[in-house]
Amino acid sequence: MVSVAVLGAAGGIGQPLSLLLMLTPGISRLSLYDIVNMPGVAADISHINSNVSVEHHAGAAQLRRALQGIDIVVIPAGVPRKPGMTRDDLFSVNASIVRELTEAVADTCPRALIAIIANPVNSTVPIAAEVLKSRHVYDPRRLFGVTTLDSVRASRFVRDLRPETDAAELHIPIVGGHSGNTIVPLLSMATPRLELTPAEAEGLVQRIQYGGDEVVKAKEGRGSATLSMAHAAARFTNSLVVAFKGTLTVELALVPLAADPGGAQQIRRFGAGQLEYFAVPVELGQAGVQRIVALPTEPNTLERKGIEIAASVLRENIDKGVSYITGTK
Amino acid sequence: MFATRNAVKLGARSFSTGATLQSKVAVLGAAGGIGQPLSLLLKANPRVTELGLYDIHNTPGVAADVGHINTLSTVTGYTAKDDGLKKALTGAELVVIPAGVPRKPGMTRDDLFNTNAGIVRDLAKACAETCPEAKLLIISNPVNSTVPIATEVFKKANVYDAKRIFGVTSLDLVRASRFVGEKTGSVGEVPVVGGHAGVTIIPLFSQVPGLQLSDAERDALTHRVQFGGDEVVKAKDGAGSATLSMAYAGARFADSLLRAAAGEDVLEWAFVRTDLFKKEGLEFFSTYVKLDKNGVKEVLPLPSNISAYEQELVQKAIPELKKSEAKGVSFVAGN
Repeated sequence: MVSVAVLGAAGGIGQPLSLLLMLTPGISRLSLYDIVNMPGVAADISHINSNVSVEHHAGAAQLRRALQGIDIVVIPAGVPRKPGMTRDDLFSVNASIVRELTEAVADTCPRALIAIIANPVNSTVPIAAEVLKSRHVYDPRRLFGVTTLDSVRASRFVRDLRPETDAAELHIPIVGGHSGNTIVPLLSMATPRLELTPAEAEGLVQRIQYGGDEVVKAKEGRGSATLSMAHAAARFTNSLVVAFKGTLTVELALVPLAADPGGAQQIRRFGAGQLEYFAVPVELGQAGVQRIVALPTEPNTLERKGIEIAASVLRENIDKGVSYITGTK
Repeated sequence: MFATRNAVKLGARSFSTGATLQSKVAVLGAAGGIGQPLSLLLKANPRVTELGLYDIHNTPGVAADVGHINTLSTVTGYTAKDDGLKKALTGAELVVIPAGVPRKPGMTRDDLFNTNAGIVRDLAKACAETCPEAKLLIISNPVNSTVPIATEVFKKANVYDAKRIFGVTSLDLVRASRFVGEKTGSVGEVPVVGGHAGVTIIPLFSQVPGLQLSDAERDALTHRVQFGGDEVVKAKDGAGSATLSMAYAGARFADSLLRAAAGEDVLEWAFVRTDLFKKEGLEFFSTYVKLDKNGVKEVLPLPSNISAYEQELVQKAIPELKKSEAKGVSFVAGN
């Protein structure tokens, strides 16, 4: 019996995400929350003949009710980018949304696993952590920034380059953060192994880092990735569900490195340094992060450089998120 | 009695790409409320090798988005520019048509006729020209009329084959199964026949093994299935009609056709050309159909043991279906 809440269920990502979660075996209850349009989306989704029960809750007054008894909270709420914007430009609006929603989670279902989609993830994850800390319910193993779309894109883009690749079987560790040059694909560690010229590797890294911009541009002001983001988030949520039910699963996610201080040593050595949050491969279990999964080899020189650049940008993003809540650096 | 429906596979993480069957699916109206989530589900289906997304605008954005999903298929978005419709349809094995406007509260599906009839006629013409052998899956309402419209268009172009045009009624089946499941705790198949609007929707509860319903329960459930669409239109309060559940149902039916094309024995329900009610002057009816790679392999009659109540529903549906059919046929004749 796994209960999942979607906060922002009527939005561009929330709607197709709710559809996919309705079709995810293992979920028994879906609680859909948004500030508008809720009865409509829930009525629509509730007609699908899966074994998932659906509730809807609309407006801030019902937020805590939406979170009663919830095991997993997914947060796509917030505004998307327009062409020319970075994810950081969304900060002021989305920071306040994530704070409000996390306060409700802290008050109502503090043991829930929390998956944050709302951008800028590099800052909204620290924001959520600070809220949870201030309410004395923080567990670094239970908080995730969803970076799955970067993995999905990486394997897709490799396939565009090498059509004979089976994208579903290709795994590329991606570390760092979830925006532009904080996204560090470790192509040298791909399995199965990739043979790429330096130019191809560079082109791929660029494309993976700015895949989001590709969609924002193509949508011409009408939004950012919604359908592919729903797909990626559903995949990650499914992994959380499977793990919650007792099967260990590995996914990439932006996590507090305090979730596994011992396991975090390796990525710190590779360039994450003293950062409190970093995207790494994690093994998921019933209580969230079981451990950080070690990378198979050392990053090559270019990748090392990429990690350093990512770390310096992440330092700023994390500080911005933390000080939004604490008022200090 | 019938195999449990598998949910459309997602993500295809563990699915090998040994498939050599090329299956292009075109979606006409891909940027709309149904079209977008439908495109997402089709992208996730490992049986689809190519997706052609067409709409009057916004399709390049939808294609860029959906195209990032790491499943087998390639995706291209087209608008009317540069022969986009033709390109979207070229080589298509299936054409799914959700294009058109949705209902507002208080409207029947027939109220959409004036707008959607022309849209379906024009899209059907393009299909007749570019991919006459593709299977057409018509979602655009009112289905009871738009299927006859597409049929007349294909006849005029001399490419008509009754095996290949379907009105998608799957959402009624999904709803019936859901509503019964909410009562009994188990979600199994409930056959639904007739048409795709109000009283033309006929759920056959008599065919669900072990299902016991009082008359009052049967009436209430029948009504709920018949007006399930209205339930959603009302809840959306002017913002539209069923999109996500319709996308699911459309993707489910498309998957049935793809499985049939791959050699599986598939039994479905869809609004098709049939002589079952020829005596009554009806050319189309939603009934049990066996599918194969050509589309309809065999149209089956209604089970002989449907209840007296259900027989009455069939009788009530027939005049409504005839009216809608005639409206569709004469629209093409006059336009």
